[in-house]
Amino acid sequence: MTDGFHIVVCGSLVPDPIQTLEPVPGGDRPALKNEAMLPSVLDPWAGHALYEAAHLAAKTPGSKVWLVSLGPKAQLQQLMMRVAQKVPFELVALDGPASGFTDSFEVAVALAQAIEGIDGLDRSRLLLFGGCASASRDAGVTVQMVGERLGIHDQFLAVDELKVEDGGSIRVLERVEGGRYLASVCEGAPLVAAWATGSLPEPPNSPQVGMQNMRTIMPALAKAGPATLGGEGTTWLTAEVPQQRRETRVVKDSSADEIAQEIVTWIKG
Amino acid sequence: MSATTDRQEPDTLRTLPGDDVRQIMWRFADRFDLQMVVQSVRAVARGPVARLVAGGGRNSHDWTDEKNALLAAFDESGITALGAEPEHGGYLEGPQNLAMALAAFELSWVDAGAATSSLASHLGLSPIHEHGTPEQKQTYLSRAVPTNDGDICRGAFALTEPLPYVGVDTGVLSGKAKIAEWNDGEEPILQIDKRGRFITGMDFANMVTAAVDSADERINGSFFVILEEGDEGMFDRGAPTLKLVHQLSSTRDPIFNLKVPASRIVGGYTIKDGVLTPNVSHSEVLNDVFRHTRVPVGLMTSAKLLSAVEPIIRYQRGRFRGGEGKPGTPRHDLGLQQKEDALHRLIDVWATGEAMTSLGLATARLFDEYDPLKREKDRIFAERGVTGIRAMMGELKTIEKAALEFLDGRASGETSSGAVPGEDPLIRFVIDDSLTSVLCPATKLWNTGYGATVMREAVSLVGGYGITEDCPGFLGQKWMDAQLEATYEGPEAVQRRQLSITMANPVFLRQFDDWIVELGQIAGNKAGLGASTLASAMKLWRWTLDHLRETKDADGKPLFRDNRQGVTFPMGDALSWLVASRYQMLDVLELESKGKERPELAESLPGTVQFFTDLCRVQAARAAGEVGRMCAELVYGYQRQPSGEALATFQALRSELDESIAEARLAKDRAARSLTGVMIPEALDYPA
Repeated sequence: MTDGFHIVVCGSLVPDPIQTLEPVPGGDRPALKNEAMLPSVLDPWAGHALYEAAHLAAKTPGSKVWLVSLGPKAQLQQLMMRVAQKVPFELVALDGPASGFTDSFEVAVALAQAIEGIDGLDRSRLLLFGGCASASRDAGVTVQMVGERLGIHDQFLAVDELKVEDGGSIRVLERVEGGRYLASVCEGAPLVAAWATGSLPEPPNSPQVGMQNMRTIMPALAKAGPATLGGEGTTWLTAEVPQQRRETRVVKDSSADEIAQEIVTWIKG
Repeated sequence: MSATTDRQEPDTLRTLPGDDVRQIMWRFADRFDLQMVVQSVRAVARGPVARLVAGGGRNSHDWTDEKNALLAAFDESGITALGAEPEHGGYLEGPQNLAMALAAFELSWVDAGAATSSLASHLGLSPIHEHGTPEQKQTYLSRAVPTNDGDICRGAFALTEPLPYVGVDTGVLSGKAKIAEWNDGEEPILQIDKRGRFITGMDFANMVTAAVDSADERINGSFFVILEEGDEGMFDRGAPTLKLVHQLSSTRDPIFNLKVPASRIVGGYTIKDGVLTPNVSHSEVLNDVFRHTRVPVGLMTSAKLLSAVEPIIRYQRGRFRGGEGKPGTPRHDLGLQQKEDALHRLIDVWATGEAMTSLGLATARLFDEYDPLKREKDRIFAERGVTGIRAMMGELKTIEKAALEFLDGRASGETSSGAVPGEDPLIRFVIDDSLTSVLCPATKLWNTGYGATVMREAVSLVGGYGITEDCPGFLGQKWMDAQLEATYEGPEAVQRRQLSITMANPVFLRQFDDWIVELGQIAGNKAGLGASTLASAMKLWRWTLDHLRETKDADGKPLFRDNRQGVTFPMGDALSWLVASRYQMLDVLELESKGKERPELAESLPGTVQFFTDLCRVQAARAAGEVGRMCAELVYGYQRQPSGEALATFQALRSELDESIAEARLAKDRAARSLTGVMIPEALDYPA
């Protein structure tokens, strides 16, 4: 059995995907048009990781959840008004760009340093969670690099399920090709789990949880230090929205079944 | 690098205003509890509520399982507990008027019936909240907060009667109370007979606060009484009301024939000489309940107007896409936004929505300030032994005099409470009371009544699409819903009637005069806002009010009298235009001032402020036009051959007003141009 986990979730904001996201030239890197004004949401993959972390913590007495977020402080504060109502956690905030045009390596360095500075964190009980991808830029490597910097070598990617077994070992299901899972068992913490979608729905808002979280979130935001993400050594050549492909064919004399069959055939390639 | 070049001009609205801007304008930037409430309610509104509307959930008078599921969403998200005090399990400290107003606004952004549904239980419990005995508060209010065991008290407010019409004369009640049993030394048992009409929440309410009058010589007067499902007799929920709007709220025509103990009388009772006298009359309860609950209703309509902006812009721009115009051509990129009229009318919708929201939220904030003052006033009066309506009125008259002295800057020394005048709770109460007594009916009247008219304009901007169920943003449904908001919790005539009395309160008028001076100062500091236009309109209104109060018509009859509603009511309407425009300006000034302290807004603030300034200018000109027209009708319309020195003064004021409108249309042109460039999301953030 375990005395509980110390679960650190890395996750931050991304622009709300329903917004018009148009790359424009920035100072040292591209940006999104009106990026600072666009509403943000919690990166969906990080969200899955956070909800799984809270769920695991709730059923494992003695556990605690931290959310380590790197993003513009003001936007993080707006985001927290929503996220804080979902599950209990303590925020560790870093003030810096959360753009899709940052370098994953620099982000990983900043996150690892922040995690190392968490008071009371027992790294022998540490489960490092994050998303296996990101809605802002799908590099899919940040959490792995954070884990490496923290010296955690049991790493699981695209995780959909994590179960603590009776003896304290941890069984993990990772997505692999062909819609299959790779099942692994490790002895226990510490480990890295970069989550896919998991299996939990987004929790409903709970203002009571929110009020509880905000007691630590506001001070955390107030003392959020700047993260250095200079992007040195990186040169941006292009940034553009993928072209939409539209092929229209007017069909007047086919039945719905025939049309459906044609679509299925097209999807299957 | 092939990224697109940003060609936005610096002083133009770049994106639709976000939460960071609204929090400053509406003064809850430092209230994270309210910010969380907004996000929590929004998630329900744009999630389950929107899905239900989009799925056709409004197409039934019945309280379906799908509608009932919203109650669980309200419970889980904290909406149900929003109005509860912490001692009763609530999670917000202090008065909750602004919180309730913001919640109503957020829900109505999608569907006001859902907002009504969420607020109905709060309304049902309000008589107890305002006037209940300690035992009643403990019994019912603490059960109104959702708990894990599922036991929850959901209330309904049964005032409206009789069949077949919908409405009530608040002074005459058909619902009756008699003494059913009264044994020596025991509590009287009452027989309550009440038929309700259009009672919200009746599908799920397990307690009802019902207004009844005495039908027994052993009971004095009218009162509210608490009825519970399970009381002896008939608790018949009645038939669903076949209403055309707000179909996400439960509404039925219930019948109650119940025996209840006299301890269920809201506020308790006193027995003297064998007669039972309720401690609080039903009209006292109504007065205090509706003072608070009418403001969220006003905000329901204002949310509709502001929520219409984004879908209309998207419709206008996309109107011809997919046709012959290619990307890059004005026809493709701007669509209907090539046409000035389409843009100007949308500016009117937006400016009106801004003014309505500013007025409603300012009123809600004022109630947050007013409620503790009222409690303190009640405490001081009780301490001094000031009881009974007459004694209270006499005491308030004295305080009113002190308040006027304070407002005139003539007050000095200590007040009777031992405080300096500006901090005297009684003086502050009288001042705030005079304001809430105007702003509350103005919000309810103007936001809903004129809001329904402007919502029709919004629907028309989307053409035939607007009156289909397919229309994004549910604009057609919102237009119809606005008509109910203009009606329930006191229709327009009731609000005008109240305004006709309260607008003549000298304490209010003294502050109104100060506002004119203040607007003159604002005009000197910030051009383009329309402050001088508004000041001119306020001067004209003020002069007209004084003139009407001392003038007779061509037949020698006094003009400004209670029963001359052709005189008093338009003055109330005109005042509503003025106060709304004023609070809109104050919100923009707040954004400009506080926004500068927020680095994240630095890039966008000048353009956002410029756009909102233009909207103020447009709205002030519109308000001035309306006020000028109404005042002219009243000043000239009751005379056969108008002449005299007084009219020369009116003409001078009218002329000043007309001239002050200069540049308003230029501001409208500028705001309209902003609409062609403002960035909007790819799609609405709720299903439609």
